[in-house]
Amino acid sequence: MKTTKYLFSGFGGQGILFSGKFLAYKGLTEDKQVSWLPSYGPEMRGGTASCSVIISDELIGSPIVDSPDVLVAMNLPSLDKFEKTVKAGGTIILDSTLIERKVERTDVEVVYLPATRLANENGCPTLANMIIVGKLLKVAGEYDEKSIEETLKKVISAKRADMLEVNKKAMQIGAEF
Amino acid sequence: MANKVLMKGNEAIAEAAIKAGCMHYFGYPITPQTEIAAYMAKRMPKIGGTFLQAESEIAAINMVYGVSAAGYRVMTSSSSPGISLKSEGISYLAGADLPAVIINVQRGGPGLGGIQPSQSDYFQATKGGGHGDFHLIVLAPGNVQEMASLTVKAFELADKYRMPAMILADGTMGQMMEPVEFDFDVTPAPEKPWATNGTKMQRKHNIVNSLSLVPEELEKFNFERFERYAQVEENEVMYDEYLCDDAEILVTAYGIASRVTKNAVDEARKKGIKVGLIRPITVWPFPKKPFAKMAEKVKHVICVELSMGQMIEDVKLAVECKVPVTLCNRSGGMIPSTEQILAEIEKYAKGE
Repeated sequence: MKTTKYLFSGFGGQGILFSGKFLAYKGLTEDKQVSWLPSYGPEMRGGTASCSVIISDELIGSPIVDSPDVLVAMNLPSLDKFEKTVKAGGTIILDSTLIERKVERTDVEVVYLPATRLANENGCPTLANMIIVGKLLKVAGEYDEKSIEETLKKVISAKRADMLEVNKKAMQIGAEF
Repeated sequence: MANKVLMKGNEAIAEAAIKAGCMHYFGYPITPQTEIAAYMAKRMPKIGGTFLQAESEIAAINMVYGVSAAGYRVMTSSSSPGISLKSEGISYLAGADLPAVIINVQRGGPGLGGIQPSQSDYFQATKGGGHGDFHLIVLAPGNVQEMASLTVKAFELADKYRMPAMILADGTMGQMMEPVEFDFDVTPAPEKPWATNGTKMQRKHNIVNSLSLVPEELEKFNFERFERYAQVEENEVMYDEYLCDDAEILVTAYGIASRVTKNAVDEARKKGIKVGLIRPITVWPFPKKPFAKMAEKVKHVICVELSMGQMIEDVKLAVECKVPVTLCNRSGGMIPSTEQILAEIEKYAKGE
C-alpha cells in the first residue's frame, strides 16, 4: 500500500495547478485513489500558487498536504516556505534557473533542474512545469510514455489538442536531462 | 473506472443537479463556489435550461421561489455572506412548503469574512437561518462523490417532504478535485398538484403563499409542517461510523474536518489508542441515536470543527451529559492539522 503526497508551488502562471492536475489524472488512469486541492484566493493573482496532490492505493483521508513526500518548487518563495515541511527521505525538485540557492536540508533527495532555461532553449517557454513533471516521473521510476500520452489526452481539452505533442516533448526533455 | 472523471466539488454539484433534472439555476458569483455558476452558465443553454445570474442573492432566491412554485426542480448556490442574504427567501420557501435546493460552500465569517474554508454556518443551516419555525434538510458531503450524490438526494428529499434542502459544504470540498461517477439512479420529481402552472381552465387556481394572517390557521400549518419534520427525523438520518465498535474515545466531525480527523484516527490506532469516528452526513436531522449509543461506552467525545464550536451543541444534546464533550477547532478559514487532532485524542486517551 503506497501513498505519495505531492506539493507543487510557484508563481501564478507557471502552470502549477496544471502539473498537479496532470499527476492526479495519471493516477486516475492507473486506477489509483487521487485528490487535488489548489490554494485559492487573492494570492493567486500574480503571486504564489500551490496545489496538493495525493495519489494512493487506499482511500484518501485529508486532501491537505502538510508534509509532502515530493515538493516541486518553481520559485524562491516556494522553496523558502515549504523546504522545512518535506518529509525526511523525501524529494525536492526545483527550478534551478529561477532558484539560485541550494537546499539546506541534508535528509532529502534534491534534484536541481534548470527547467526554465531548458524550456526557453527548446522553444517551449511556457512548459517548464511539464519539464519538471517529466523529471519527477523519471526519478520516481514512473516515466511511461503510454500512460503519459493517455493522461495528456484527458487533461488537454480537444480544442487545445495541438498542445499534446509539445507537452510530451517537454516531459521527455525533463526526463532525459 | 472508465466512468470516473476528475472534477472539482463545485462542478460535481452542478453536474449532479442537472442529472437530477434541475433545469433552472439562479445565482450570483462569490468565492469559493463560483464554479457552480460557471458550470451552469456553460451547460444550461446547451440543454435548454435556464442559467440566470441575478442582480443579487436576494433576487436569485426569489427566482427560485417562483420556479419551485411552478413545479420545477430548481437550485441556487452561494457562500456564507450570500446565504445570509438569501435567508429571507429561504424562510419564505419553508413557509410556502416549496421544495428547492440551496448550496452553501462555506467560507470564514462573520461579516464579509474571508474566502478560505469554514464550517461556521452550521447554526444558520441547522437552526433556521431565517425567521420563523422551520427547518431545512441539511446534507454535509465528505468527498466529491458525495457532493454529487447528496445533491441528487437533496432534490429527492426536498420534493418528498415539500421543503427546502441545503448542501452544507466548505471551500475545500468545493475547490478540491477527486474522481466522481454519475451513475446513480434519480427519483424523478413527483406530481405536484399544488403547482401554479396554469389552470388551463380545468381546475381552481392554486395559490402558493407564506402569508397567513389568521393565527389559528398559521398554528395549524406549523404543527402540520413539524409532523413532516418528525418524519424526516425518523426516516432520513444519515451518518458514517468508522472503527467505533471497540472505541473508548469518540471523535466526530463532518465535511472536510472529518477527512483530517480520519487521518488522525488512523494515526492514533497505529499507537494502539481505541478511537472511533462518527461522521454525520445529515446535520439536520442530526444523527442522535449513534451518539446516544456511543455515550454508553466511550469515556470522552471530541468534536472537530472549522468553527468556534457549533455542531458540538448537537453532540452534547445527543449524549445527554453522559460523557464529556470537548472541542478541537480552528476558525476563520484555518483547518486543524492531523497533529492537532491526534494530540487531542492522545490527551484524553491518557485520561487527562
